[in-house]
Amino acid sequence: MSVDVTLPVLSPKDFASDQEIRWCPRCGDYSILAQMKKVLPTLGIPKEKFVFVSGIGCSSRFPYYMDTYGMHSIHGRAPAVATGVKLANPDLQVWVITGDGDSLSIGGNHFMHVLRRNVDLKVILFNNQIYGLTKGQYSPTSPTGTKTKSTPFGSVDRPLNPLSVAIGARATFAARSVDVDIKHLCYVLERAASHKGSAFVEVYQDCNVFNSGAFAFASKKGEKEENVIYLEHGKPLIFGKNRDKGVRLNSHDQPEVVELGKGVTEDDLLFHDEKSEDMNLAFLLASMRHPEMPEPMGVFRSVEHPTYNEAVYNQVESATERNGEGDLEALFNTGDTWTV
Amino acid sequence: MSTTDVSGANGKISEQLDAVVIRFCGDSGDGMQLAGTQFTNVSAVFGNDVSTLPDFPAEIRAPAGTLGGVSGFQICFSSSDIFTPGDEVDTLIAMNPAALKTNIADLKRGGTLIVNEDAFEKSNLSKAGYESNPLDDEESLAAYQLQKVPMTSLTRDAVAELGLSPREAERCKNFFAMGLVYWLYQRDATPTEEWVKSKFAKKPELVEANLKALHAGYNYGITTEAITVHYRVDPAELPPGKYRKVTGNESLAFGFITAAKLAKKQLFFGGYPITPASDILHELSKHKNFGVVTFQAEDEIAAITSVIGAAYAGDLAITASSGPGIALKGEGMGLAAIMELPLVVVDVQRGGPSTGLPTKTEQSDLYMCMFGRNGDCPMPLVAPASPADCFEIAQEALRIAVEFMTPVLLLSDGYIANGAEPWRVPDISNLKPIKVSHENKQGDGPFMPYLRDEKKARPWVKPGTPGCEHRVGGLEKSDVTGNVNYSPENHQYMTTLRAEKIAGIADFIPEQTVEGPESGDLLVISWGGTYGAVRTAVKQSVQEGLSVAHAHIRYLNPFPRNLGDVIKKYKKVLIPELNTGQLRMIIRGTYLADAVGLNKVQGKPFLISEVKDKIREMIKES
Repeated sequence: MSVDVTLPVLSPKDFASDQEIRWCPRCGDYSILAQMKKVLPTLGIPKEKFVFVSGIGCSSRFPYYMDTYGMHSIHGRAPAVATGVKLANPDLQVWVITGDGDSLSIGGNHFMHVLRRNVDLKVILFNNQIYGLTKGQYSPTSPTGTKTKSTPFGSVDRPLNPLSVAIGARATFAARSVDVDIKHLCYVLERAASHKGSAFVEVYQDCNVFNSGAFAFASKKGEKEENVIYLEHGKPLIFGKNRDKGVRLNSHDQPEVVELGKGVTEDDLLFHDEKSEDMNLAFLLASMRHPEMPEPMGVFRSVEHPTYNEAVYNQVESATERNGEGDLEALFNTGDTWTV
Repeated sequence: MSTTDVSGANGKISEQLDAVVIRFCGDSGDGMQLAGTQFTNVSAVFGNDVSTLPDFPAEIRAPAGTLGGVSGFQICFSSSDIFTPGDEVDTLIAMNPAALKTNIADLKRGGTLIVNEDAFEKSNLSKAGYESNPLDDEESLAAYQLQKVPMTSLTRDAVAELGLSPREAERCKNFFAMGLVYWLYQRDATPTEEWVKSKFAKKPELVEANLKALHAGYNYGITTEAITVHYRVDPAELPPGKYRKVTGNESLAFGFITAAKLAKKQLFFGGYPITPASDILHELSKHKNFGVVTFQAEDEIAAITSVIGAAYAGDLAITASSGPGIALKGEGMGLAAIMELPLVVVDVQRGGPSTGLPTKTEQSDLYMCMFGRNGDCPMPLVAPASPADCFEIAQEALRIAVEFMTPVLLLSDGYIANGAEPWRVPDISNLKPIKVSHENKQGDGPFMPYLRDEKKARPWVKPGTPGCEHRVGGLEKSDVTGNVNYSPENHQYMTTLRAEKIAGIADFIPEQTVEGPESGDLLVISWGGTYGAVRTAVKQSVQEGLSVAHAHIRYLNPFPRNLGDVIKKYKKVLIPELNTGQLRMIIRGTYLADAVGLNKVQGKPFLISEVKDKIREMIKES
C-alpha cells in the first residue's frame, strides 16, 4: 500500500513568526531573513522539521523571527547545541545562525569541530566585521587598524578569514554570498540546504550602524562587477563588467589577474572545481581578498562524505544487530553474579 | 569473634573471622588496582559483603619506585553487612619500599605485613627515602607479623618454562601476590581464572603465565612454614536475591540506561573526559544496542550544550563531569533552567579548587552546584549514598527532570564512583515507571510552550511535531507564550515562578527518615559518600548506649519537607563533611539550626572512628 503524502504548499509568509523584528532599520540581517523565508518553502520539507539554533549577537535573534522550531542559545555554542538536536533526531533539518564574534571568537572551538565532524547542519555566518550588539567593538574578522570604542588607536590583531578556517577544518561545503545580492544569496542558501553534511556559508552582512559600507565593494552595483568573481563549477574564473578579466596561476602557482584577449584565452585561466577532494584550490580561492584580488562568491567546495550523524547511528544499528536489542535483565547479569 | 580449628593441607590452622580489611599497594605499574578488583570479585562471588577504596596517583606512571607513584586498593570483606572499606588494615601487601613507607601507618598493630622482598634493593630503598633496609631492622616492624616473600624471583621461576622476556615474567608478580592472599583468606580463585582466560584470550602465553603465577602464590601459602594460620570469612547474610558487584560509575550508567528503557526514550550522553567521571562515558558507550547515543564532545561546554540540544529534540539527555568541568557548564545549566528543559548533570566530585586532587575524593562542590550560576537559578540536587544507590538515584534524577521540566544536578564523588559493593540485581517488573508525554496539540489556538501543569511544568514538545512550532531561548520570557519579555514585573514574576517550581518538588519526594531514636541528644546529618562511615559510627554509638540518630540526605534541593522538624527533635546537630562545612552553612541558613561540623579535606574518606570520637565528644559536652 502506498500513501500519497501531499505537502502543503507553503509561502515565505508561512515562515514568519508573530514577533516584532528588532534589528536596526536597514540592517543587512533583514535581507538574509527574507531570502531564508523564500528558500525554505522550495525545499519540499515540512515546516515542523526545521530547527534554527543561534548563539548570541544581533544575527542570533534570527530564530525568534522564524515560525519554525528554534533556540536562541548562549554565546558561541550554537554548533554544539545543533549537534545535540541533530543526533537526537536526524530527521530534522537543522540550521545554525551565527556571527563573526559568536563563531570565530568565543565559539571558535565548536565552529572548528562541527565542521571537521561533518554533522549534517547548515551553518550561516553573518560576517559584519564588528560587534554590533555590544555597540561597536572590533571583531576577529575586522581588518587590522580598525578604530572602535575598544581600539581608539586602531586594532592591532590580524583578522581571521572565515572560509580559510572552515576549509582548514575540512568543511565538506563552503560558500560565500552577500546580504543584498538577493538572487545569489538564495542560490547559495539552496545549495547549502541540499548539501548532505556540514554546510558552511559566510554572508557579508552590512552593519549600517557600526560598520557601514564594509562590503560596498562586493554589493554596490557598478563596483562589484570589478571586485568579485562568481564561481561556477567547471568554468574559468572570469570577472569584470565586460567579463574581460580573469584569474590564472603565475609561474609561482600564485593567482594573478589577467586581461582576456591580448594573447590570453579562457583556457589559460584557472578553472573552478568545487568537487575537488584536494583542498588546495578552495584555500587558494579563500586567500583571494579585496582589494589585491577579486573576491570569489559562490560555492568554494562541495564534496560528499559520510555524515557524523549517519556514522553514529550506523554504530547503534550494528551494535543492535550484533547483540540484539538492549535487554536490562541481560545487562545486569553480565559478569560474575551470585545468589544469596 | 574468631574460632580456630586445625584443618587443611599441611596441618595449618584455619581461623574464622567476621570481617577483614586488606590493602594491596605497590608501584603504579605493579597492577595493584587489578589485584584489588579481582580480590573484591572473588569475595563478592563467594558471598561476602564488600566495600572498596581504590587510591591511585594522578600521574599515569609516576617515576617507578617513588613515593608519588604508589597505587593502593583497600577492600573490606565481611560476613555481616558493612558500609565502609574499613578504618584499619589487617593485612597489608606492599610490593616495594615506597608502598611500605606510605601505607604502613594504616596497618593495625599485630597485623600481617606481606612484602615483596626482592623489591627492597638499593635503588628502590633510596627512591623511597630509606637509608637502610627496613626489613633488616627487626625493631621498626616488630609490631607486625612480617612475611618476607621474594615474589619477583618466585614468579620468574614459576613462569620460566614459558620463554617470556624477564620484563613480561616479572609483570605477573601481582598474580603471585593475589594467589598468596587467596590462600591466606581461603578464596576460590575460579572467577579470577576465568577472567584471565577471557581477558588474554588472544595471548595464550599470558593466560598461562598469569595462571602459573597465581597458583605459585597459592601453593607458596600452603607450603611455606613461615605462615601457620589462614583465615575464613563466611558469606554475609544479605537479603536474598541475585547479586553482582558494581562501582558507582557503573551503577549510574545502569540507572540511566534503565530510566531510558522505562521511559521508552532514547538516551543521549554528551561528555568530555575527566577524572573521575570518565567511566560513566566508557560504560554507556558499550551499550549502544540500548539505543544509547554517546557523544565525546570537544569540551565541557559543548558537552552540556549538545545535551541541551538533545533534550530540546526530545531525548533523555545527560552529561557528567567533575568539579572543573562543572564550573565550565554553569552557563549551560542556566540556559537549560530558563528554557525549562529536562536534563541531568552529574558531578563526580574530586578535591579542588582548580585541578586540585584529580584522583581523590571530596564533597566540596556543594556550594557550586547549589549556587554556582548567574542570576537566581535554583536547580534540584540529588546525591547517592553508595555505589549501589547510584542505580536508583540516576533514575530519580531523570524522573525529576522530566516531571518538572528542569535540569537536575546529581552529586556523586570519587569515593562512590570508584568504590565497589554488592548490588542486588533488581526485579525489572518492580521498578518505578518513568512517564514521559510529548505534547502534540493544545487545541485550535496557537501553541503555548510555557503553559503549565499542576507541577508548574511546561509541555515538552518534540521538534517535528506539526502545529507546535515554537522558539526557546536564554532571554527572559513571558509565561505561557514564551515570548521575549523584559518588563520588570514579568522578570520578578518569572524568577519567583521558576523558584516555586523547584521548591514544589519537595511535595513529591520521600520525607526524611532517621536511623536511631526519633528524638534525643544528637542528630548526625550526612550526605553523599560519607553515608557508610557515619551510619556505622552512629550504629556503634547507639549500641554503646548513646542517644544519637542519623539522617542521611539524598535530596539536597529541595530538602525533604519535614527536615526542619526532624532537626528540631534533637538537642545538637553534627554534620560531618569532606569539605569545610558547606551543607552545614546551608542547614544553618535554612533552619537556623546550630549545627556543628566535622570537616576533613585530605582526599580521603572519613574513618568510622573519627566520626565516633566526635559523637562522643559532643554528647559528653552536653
